[in-house]
Amino acid sequence: MKEYLFDCAVIGGGAAGMAAALEVEKAGFKTAIIEREECLGGILLQCIHNGFGLHEFKEELTGPEYAERFADKIDESEVKVFLDSTVMEMDEPADYPGQHELYCYSSVYGVFVIRARTVILAMGCRERNRGNIGIPGTRPSGIMTAGLAQRLVNIDGYVPGKDIVIIGSGDIGLIMARRMTWAGCRVHAVIEIQPYPSGITRNIVQCLEDFEIPLYLSHVVSEIRGKDRIESILVTPNKDGYPDEENSFELKCDTLLLSVGLVPENELSRKAGIDLNPQINGPYVDSHLMTNKDGVFACGNVLHVHDLVDYVSAESRSAGSNAVKFLQSALTGKQYSIKSGANVRYIVPQKFNFSDDNRFYLRSMIVKNEAVVEIKADGRTIKTIKHSHVQPSEMISIKLKRADLEKISDLPDPRLEISII
Amino acid sequence: MKYDVAIIGAGVSGAAIARKLSQYNLKTVLLEKEADVSFGTSKANSGIIHGGFHTSMKYLKSRLEIQGNLMFDALQRELGFPFRRCGVIVAAFREEELKHIQNLYRQGVDNGVIGIEICSRERILDIEPKLNPDVIGGLHAPNGGIIEPYRFVFSLVESARKNGVDLIVNFKVDSAERTGAKWKISSDDGQSIEAEYVINAAGLYADRVSDIFKAENFKIIPRKGEEYLLDRMSPAYPNKVIFPVPHGKTKGTLVIPTVEGTMMVGPTADEIDDKEDLTTSREHLDRIFDFSRRMVPSISERDIITSFAGLRPALASGDFYIEVSEKAENFIQVAGIQSPGLTASPAIGEYVKNLLKKLDCLLVEKKDWDPHIDKVPRMRNLSHFESEKIVEENPQFGNIICRCEKVSEGEIVEAIRRGHTTLDGVKFFTRTGMGRCQGGFCTYKTIKIIMRETGLSYEQVTKRGKNSEILMERL
Amino acid sequence: MEKDYICIACPIGCRLKLTADGGKLVVSGNKCKRGEVYAIEEYSEPKRVVTATCSIGMDKAVSGFKLERMPVKTTKPILKDQIDSLLKDIYALKLKPPVKRGDVLLKDYNGTGIDVVATRSAG
Repeated sequence: MKEYLFDCAVIGGGAAGMAAALEVEKAGFKTAIIEREECLGGILLQCIHNGFGLHEFKEELTGPEYAERFADKIDESEVKVFLDSTVMEMDEPADYPGQHELYCYSSVYGVFVIRARTVILAMGCRERNRGNIGIPGTRPSGIMTAGLAQRLVNIDGYVPGKDIVIIGSGDIGLIMARRMTWAGCRVHAVIEIQPYPSGITRNIVQCLEDFEIPLYLSHVVSEIRGKDRIESILVTPNKDGYPDEENSFELKCDTLLLSVGLVPENELSRKAGIDLNPQINGPYVDSHLMTNKDGVFACGNVLHVHDLVDYVSAESRSAGSNAVKFLQSALTGKQYSIKSGANVRYIVPQKFNFSDDNRFYLRSMIVKNEAVVEIKADGRTIKTIKHSHVQPSEMISIKLKRADLEKISDLPDPRLEISII
Repeated sequence: MKYDVAIIGAGVSGAAIARKLSQYNLKTVLLEKEADVSFGTSKANSGIIHGGFHTSMKYLKSRLEIQGNLMFDALQRELGFPFRRCGVIVAAFREEELKHIQNLYRQGVDNGVIGIEICSRERILDIEPKLNPDVIGGLHAPNGGIIEPYRFVFSLVESARKNGVDLIVNFKVDSAERTGAKWKISSDDGQSIEAEYVINAAGLYADRVSDIFKAENFKIIPRKGEEYLLDRMSPAYPNKVIFPVPHGKTKGTLVIPTVEGTMMVGPTADEIDDKEDLTTSREHLDRIFDFSRRMVPSISERDIITSFAGLRPALASGDFYIEVSEKAENFIQVAGIQSPGLTASPAIGEYVKNLLKKLDCLLVEKKDWDPHIDKVPRMRNLSHFESEKIVEENPQFGNIICRCEKVSEGEIVEAIRRGHTTLDGVKFFTRTGMGRCQGGFCTYKTIKIIMRETGLSYEQVTKRGKNSEILMERL
Repeated sequence: MEKDYICIACPIGCRLKLTADGGKLVVSGNKCKRGEVYAIEEYSEPKRVVTATCSIGMDKAVSGFKLERMPVKTTKPILKDQIDSLLKDIYALKLKPPVKRGDVLLKDYNGTGIDVVATRSAG
């Protein structure tokens, strides 16, 4: 079987994979990207709308533009890209200690093995679907996730239906409301189970209000009707958390798009023995973004679902530079714990160290204006950061400099806790 | 077209009969109203090869279940469908239930079930560690097993076709009239064929077909069953098919490991009126999960990938009705085939062949009958080295389309070449779209492959046949 | 006169208030100048950036992958009431590779000074 030897193998050639690979290659290490699709770019290629790159490039770009800027840099680099290739299995072979082995299947390269001292997981995420949320009723055609519809419309040029209802007011659902309208369809409603929209407000304006598409907050789709093709849905309001069935109403449609959440795609990781954190559905990582397997790092949506691709690029560069340090045997720094305090859903990574500036990504559980992110150690506040507005759907990125941490270096067992108040 | 035998309905019964008859010098046609075989009741089957102890031998279904069960090893060698004799247990949690266990055991012994045993608490927990430790004992039938039902039906039909049986899909029988010594059978869209012998294996619509032929009048009562499919990563995956002690007409809500590594919880059993009602509901979910968690505590709603419903074609008698018609000429009824229909199906094939003999149908064995069908390499089941060879010969097998179930383009192409040209047909043959993302990633690829291989235009690709098209327009 | 808007100039989404102060329009709540511009324009001549796709039909043989649709965008926000006709014209385009990211596909649309450019490279 053909074997290729690299210093670093990056699984996934989307935003995360490309940024991480460039960082490693820049330091002079032999790097490979293994990508399932026929070109680099990942999900960005179907996100033809703008809103990307304000942090990374200081301009507002569309998804394909953002992706291509990175893909161009990859082309100019020495990174070896295996397209049309799927990693089927990853393990640590006993006869090659200190190496990771990836079994890859490709219609172009056949079945081959990549051996590398470091691996960066950048496989992205998948969408939750009807089966996960269990909408009762029939099982006709015309039901799909918003992402699949986006792929069909933007890449393949097919329109799945004309009378659309969308479940979920996350950004993907909102963007598709606009996209389908601009593709000549009629979007009848967006149905949201929470009492507030999950997507950013900008999208409520430019995707719903602009087209007078009604948003039903605190409503659920309680039944799907239609034998071979969907014909209508039953929408039920939630009153005090319970379905108010008396006030259900029917909406006729021929297409139902689901935008009900994203889940990191970690089957490969799990099978390889990587410990997963059920709070984020991604690997447990230390302050170097390294998983429980030495030399295996994770970044991007496979680690935790992001909402800004700019943060993905920053996080992935971090994973890349830590992989470099690992290859240079320079990855030092004892790891200490950091945990979620009040109103914080999760923090990534779950560890910090004293040797570097530490960057954390967290999600709030509350919606609040004039909020304060408070970092405590042993009950002592060591830093506070003001935020004019926090909400669950907007990830917060904070930095703890080495200088900030100096204050607690005297503690025998320093533990950090981050809260939002 | 003129045939010797026409089989109406390509579910597991019709398919098994077709394969059996393909061994003889008969011109046989298999008629199916849907776009593909196994799209009716057989699609929603729980995939269990039953142990043969649930009912007494006075029922035809019991006798055929015992015979059928024994035929699966040979069938698997010939047809290559996924099947495993993992064993079946009935778990008792209360003293009163132990009496039922005794009855089932005696029935099993009477029926000739090989290896059936009564288990103490220690024994049953040893053979099935996932059981709730509250279990007090039960029954074990090691001859029971699990199977992938649509793969089984597909392979029976493939084998029948390989040996000369014609398959006509999208043929919904609408009328039948005598023309001399034959039947002229017409579809609702103007197709027609002629056949001397007719076998009514029309499942949910067997009563309607019987009326069309002016044969016996009976009523098929649809009994709906809802089931939940759980992720292959669920910690609750059991070794055995787990039954509760039965109450009333139903075998109960089961915990079923599938051959492919996922698991199922269910089915329910509710009599309904509508033969087309395949809706799933919320109330049943809570009931099913509470019940099954009492048997296997590690079952969780979090692991649900999807749910679906099936309709069993029940007769009031609760037994199979497989007899020569006394009212319609050369007409054989194969109706009321609910559980253990799939287990009994190979034996149903034999039984119906014998009924044809009684009708003086000439059965001369083909000298060149080939019991085997070509197996398709399934990448997820091969070692990397085996895969390497296959991919070298045909790179399409290296192109992984369904990342959740690890299905390659080569397998999808094979499915299409064997007549499965709908999204569901491809799904049942290859498992593409059955995994945790439920087609989120692979659907657009599968649609394009179907278009390429069949020449169908984008708006003609369907989920499961007419009216279930997926794409409406091109930008 | 008082109008509430949520600025869409960038993803932050400042909540803006537009009032008429003796014939002059005054904006408050904005974190940057773009918000002020947005509120005034939204009141008098609302504009949007339009993104869509047009046909290209590039074969795999040309560049290693098949591209059916070319994603495009307007270089600046365009008047809302021009969007429908703009979309019609974009959908009527039939490009042929090679096309580079940034290539102008429709120049100075309807004399607005706004171009429609490709956002991806093909061929």
